[in-house]
Amino acid sequence: MRRVVITGAGTINALGHSVPATLEAMAEGRCGIGPLDIRDVERLSIRIGGQVRGFEPEAHFNRQQISLYDRFTQFTMLAAAEAMAQSGLSFSGELAARSGVVLGTAGGGVQTWDENYRAVYEAGKNRVHPFVVPKLMNNAAASHVSMEYNLKGPSFTVATACASSNHAMGQAFHMIRSGMATVMVTGGSESMLCFGGVKAWEGLRVMSKDACRPFSANRNGMVQGEGAAVFVFEEYEHARARGAEMLAEVVGFAMTSDAADIVMPSRQGAARAMAGAMADGGINPEQVGYINAHGTGTAANDKTECAAVSDAFGQHADALMISSTKSMHGHLIGGTGAVELLACIMALRDGIIAPTIGYQERDLECALDVVPNEAREAKVEVVLSNAFAFGGFNAVLALRAV
Amino acid sequence: MAESVRDKVIAIIAEQAVLDVSDVSPEQTLEDLGIDSLGLVEAIFAIEETFDIQVPFNANEPESSGFDISSVAAIIRAVEKLVAEQVA
Repeated sequence: MRRVVITGAGTINALGHSVPATLEAMAEGRCGIGPLDIRDVERLSIRIGGQVRGFEPEAHFNRQQISLYDRFTQFTMLAAAEAMAQSGLSFSGELAARSGVVLGTAGGGVQTWDENYRAVYEAGKNRVHPFVVPKLMNNAAASHVSMEYNLKGPSFTVATACASSNHAMGQAFHMIRSGMATVMVTGGSESMLCFGGVKAWEGLRVMSKDACRPFSANRNGMVQGEGAAVFVFEEYEHARARGAEMLAEVVGFAMTSDAADIVMPSRQGAARAMAGAMADGGINPEQVGYINAHGTGTAANDKTECAAVSDAFGQHADALMISSTKSMHGHLIGGTGAVELLACIMALRDGIIAPTIGYQERDLECALDVVPNEAREAKVEVVLSNAFAFGGFNAVLALRAV
Repeated sequence: MAESVRDKVIAIIAEQAVLDVSDVSPEQTLEDLGIDSLGLVEAIFAIEETFDIQVPFNANEPESSGFDISSVAAIIRAVEKLVAEQVA
């Protein structure tokens, strides 16, 4: 079976506008969550988020691009540019035909929906910009990446709520491993921090008004973030032959469905996904040193996830580290697994385990080593990245150091 | 006024539980009535819309939300209080 390595990474999120800036923030345990700066924020009851700051589209894109790129596409293009530059790849001929792009997003061009609904319903306009549809469609970001880099192989977009990015990266991994593709650009993006996007989430009453404190007994909900992370997945021999720098190896992936409840998580579904990813990668539980948790900071997720880790790892659950970086960058919904994969790469490459910040009170139902508040130095061999979506769809990736 | 709040709240809860109004009594809990967490959030939404009030409720910490959901009677009292505060 062919092996798959990561040869490029890029991101923009509340912690930074690049991978080095983001990893530095994670290592320092910095919080990117703050007051939302969006239109009509005074009509929201939830007024915090992990918003991307200091980002001017005009500094990166021309007028024509901006007319076609929703904010989630803009984030994707910046992350893709960083990842592609690091990989050193360019695509033509046979390689272009055997390389594609699979990205995750839950909502796609939410900002475009929001702005144009305002125009027709609130402002009473009877006309919208001609590019509304190609701008808001969920696959817009993946399509623009394919056009920018000449990726002509299998390409599509995955929308499985909070597991979108992990499902996307799992597909990219399988396509290379099976021989369907040589290089896959993958990851995900989300930009829901607008009035309609936050208002919709408010309705479920699972959002925190003050902070995201995963695993802490006084946690009171999730906090939304925004941004993107994009990776270059490459067939191992192809990467080796050209002397590419390998950031990590993707070794396993599994997905399960709870088939139970539209919002409540399932201990069994999550445990089966973690066990499945290890089985797929031929990994013994004892080899796993770190798990990047789904860790949303809701009452339900965190205790269910910890119970699932205990089920999947047995006694080893007490020996491994598990942290939720959502405490720093917020929950990027369909883009979250992609940004969180950066913490996994940092653990494997740099030996730095990103912390769960905002941790204040021990919860007996989350009694694992959650790396509270401060990053830790540790050498780990294999890591898992968890994503458990509304709708009961779970996706777990396993990575190994190279 | 108090009577009408009570009747309206019971009607909302009965609809959520798919029961007849006469089958909902004040001492019952939401669990007794088979209303789960999603049903509760939907009932609170209906209460807010009916009385034009803001119900302080976070599903992550129901006990410290300041809105007592321990029984049908408790919910009625909490809504009566919110409605009275709004008038005042």
